[in-house]
Amino acid sequence: MLQVVGTPQKFDVVVIGSGAGGGTAVKVLTDQGINVALLEAGPMLHPETDFKEHVLPYQVDHRGAGAHAEYYFGRQQWNYFSAPNGYWNVPGEPYSVATGDKFRWFRSRIIGGRTNHYGRISLRFSDYDFQPEDGLSDPWPVTYSEMSPYYDKAEGFIGVTGTKEGLRTAPDGNFLPAIPPRVHEILIQKACAKLNIPCIPSRMAVLTKSIHGRAACHYCGQCGRGCRTASAFSSSQAMIFPAMKTGKLKVITGAMARELITDASGKVTAVSYVDKATRSEQQIHCRAVMVAASACESARLLLNSRSTRFPNGLGNSSGQVGRNLTDSVGFSLSGYVPALSGLPRHNADGIGGMHVYVPWWLYNDRKKDFPRGYHIEIGGGFGMPQLGSFHGECTRAEGYGKALKDTIREHYGAYVSFSGRGEMIPNRNCYCEIDPDRIDDYGIPVLRFHFQWSEHERAQARHMAETFTDIIGTLGGKVTGLTNPGRESSGISVGGSIIHEAGTVRMGSDPKTSVLNKYCQSHEVSNLFVCDAAPFVSQPDKNVTLSIVAFCWRASEYLAEEMRKGNV
Amino acid sequence: MSDTPEYSRRELLRQIGASTTLMAAGAGALSAQDMQHVHQAVAQETATGPYRPKALMRHEYATLERLSDLIIPADSHSEGALAANSAAFIDFLCGASEEMKGIYTGGLAWIDERMRKQYDSDFLSAQPGQQTALLDQIAYRKNDQPDLSPGVQFFDWARRMVVDAYYTSAIGMKELGYMGNGAMDHFSVPENAVEYALKRSPFA
Repeated sequence: MLQVVGTPQKFDVVVIGSGAGGGTAVKVLTDQGINVALLEAGPMLHPETDFKEHVLPYQVDHRGAGAHAEYYFGRQQWNYFSAPNGYWNVPGEPYSVATGDKFRWFRSRIIGGRTNHYGRISLRFSDYDFQPEDGLSDPWPVTYSEMSPYYDKAEGFIGVTGTKEGLRTAPDGNFLPAIPPRVHEILIQKACAKLNIPCIPSRMAVLTKSIHGRAACHYCGQCGRGCRTASAFSSSQAMIFPAMKTGKLKVITGAMARELITDASGKVTAVSYVDKATRSEQQIHCRAVMVAASACESARLLLNSRSTRFPNGLGNSSGQVGRNLTDSVGFSLSGYVPALSGLPRHNADGIGGMHVYVPWWLYNDRKKDFPRGYHIEIGGGFGMPQLGSFHGECTRAEGYGKALKDTIREHYGAYVSFSGRGEMIPNRNCYCEIDPDRIDDYGIPVLRFHFQWSEHERAQARHMAETFTDIIGTLGGKVTGLTNPGRESSGISVGGSIIHEAGTVRMGSDPKTSVLNKYCQSHEVSNLFVCDAAPFVSQPDKNVTLSIVAFCWRASEYLAEEMRKGNV
Repeated sequence: MSDTPEYSRRELLRQIGASTTLMAAGAGALSAQDMQHVHQAVAQETATGPYRPKALMRHEYATLERLSDLIIPADSHSEGALAANSAAFIDFLCGASEEMKGIYTGGLAWIDERMRKQYDSDFLSAQPGQQTALLDQIAYRKNDQPDLSPGVQFFDWARRMVVDAYYTSAIGMKELGYMGNGAMDHFSVPENAVEYALKRSPFA
């Protein structure tokens, strides 16, 4: 399976990374008959054995605590029952954070990447996200109307629920039927209506009807554990596995890209990677490369691809590679709602996550003290009892015996939670660079992060706190506490912990201030494309996955056409 | 491509472990009530007779069982932590982690020592009223003072883990009325639940 150095096989395109971007590239390119090799740093995914969406806690002896009770000591990387996804600390692959700064870097190492697990929230960016009217961040080199047909294609393929609402802050799409709200969501809609806040059916990449050979959802509510019927979108099941059957795709797992090799003309000729199993150096030749390794890994690869012609990293004459690093602003609050206590029992699973959400609603408000918007994600219902489900109850109720047991039963299903996901404005204090003093276990220089929220984000998080408190109060409820993990003392998320990194290889019209053109193609190296969230000029409050698929779809079609024309 | 799902609902149900009778009945989807039966059937299949402690000594294990019974007792509504073998889950994790084992051997010894000082008897042999008198002290953070602190901290561990063990068991899920994780043809919310909440809400 491995390429032998010296007698390399040549592919039309090498795609690096198998998440939303890599999966889309593989799908669109192989559909057009192009020969693709896909490099993934982690192993192959096997949904039938890897996914645990129908495993109950008591079917596992440690019930999810981990083989050495890691959960109870805060040493568990990720929920035991979650789909294979990734790590906060990848063994053998360290990174640094500058003194005084805070940043957490999540990395996937599996076919499908984060799409095996992600929240499936699928929101189009708005017209003003591409051309900001406040001038606080740079305009994108594309407009909403240019991207709209690609959002149509992305939604049509992955399948997104929703309803047409006609909101500028939440552009309508090519939707599958929405799913009815749960009891707590009906109450929240009424509370929001009282506060003049819109609360509309959620837009989720889950199939409420069968499309493209993927079964309709069976409503077990465990999308985050992976979906064996592929009813919740993942790039592994919906894009990569079908492409493997075409004969046009070669998947190489356990392959950590080290460097992009260029020739005298400055074109990429090959990808050098480490085969992790043998720790040996391999090369794979190609006509073009699509880098979709996740925003920061993609920047790292370009920065580590230095040559006489590109002393600052490949395609980095602008010096923008690694800059403009952003993550979503996160803030979460939960509350107890007496109206829901003792609620008649029923199956409240539905699709994983929320059935309704709050899109940004104050775009025209001039009085608020922060510039950009956020949306609100909603939680609650009769969730599967898991380790920790009632720790909050134990802390609040204390005591023991029948009183504790009665309280837990009455309060089960009576909690709601609100998570804000807000737009961060790129600032000069947030970037990643190569740490000159450190390499990973494969000898590859590692990243050093610099990250500081500005007052824009802190003010926005305070607004989230006020809004969520208002909604909980309007429900007749009581705030019970901050709930987002990885937060600073004020409650705002630590940078990186929302796992929406973007901006580190940004696109733009001017090669002096950007790395890529509007097709995600390098200004300087015509056969180099970057197709994850790294090209994004800003971090709209809408989760990035749907836009990664849309932008990569467009870039892949463009690349295929350029190859046909002989330009690449 | 055709609209025929590659991976059928029937195959899924097989994998969930639905009982053969349900499959023979040709169920296209499992109702919430059916799922409770499946949960119980699976629990029975995985039960393997009385649990033999792996990490704790017999006396420690018996003390932990009594503690679990006091934390989540049986009542007219349902069985409690004792019937749900909550102590077995904790002992299993004590066998998996030396750090966990230390928390329990230390905490259980502290409780015995405290009881001996006050009542000249270890926790297990003490009168129920004497046992609860100690818990009434260590079950509250306000008593997290130098003298009682080890007991308060230990009880916090024991309470959280007994609660975890109980509510993630088949008995505990039934106590809560958890009906999820099935396979349904469509999703809907029962009217009575909506009415119940609306009536009690500020939007009535």
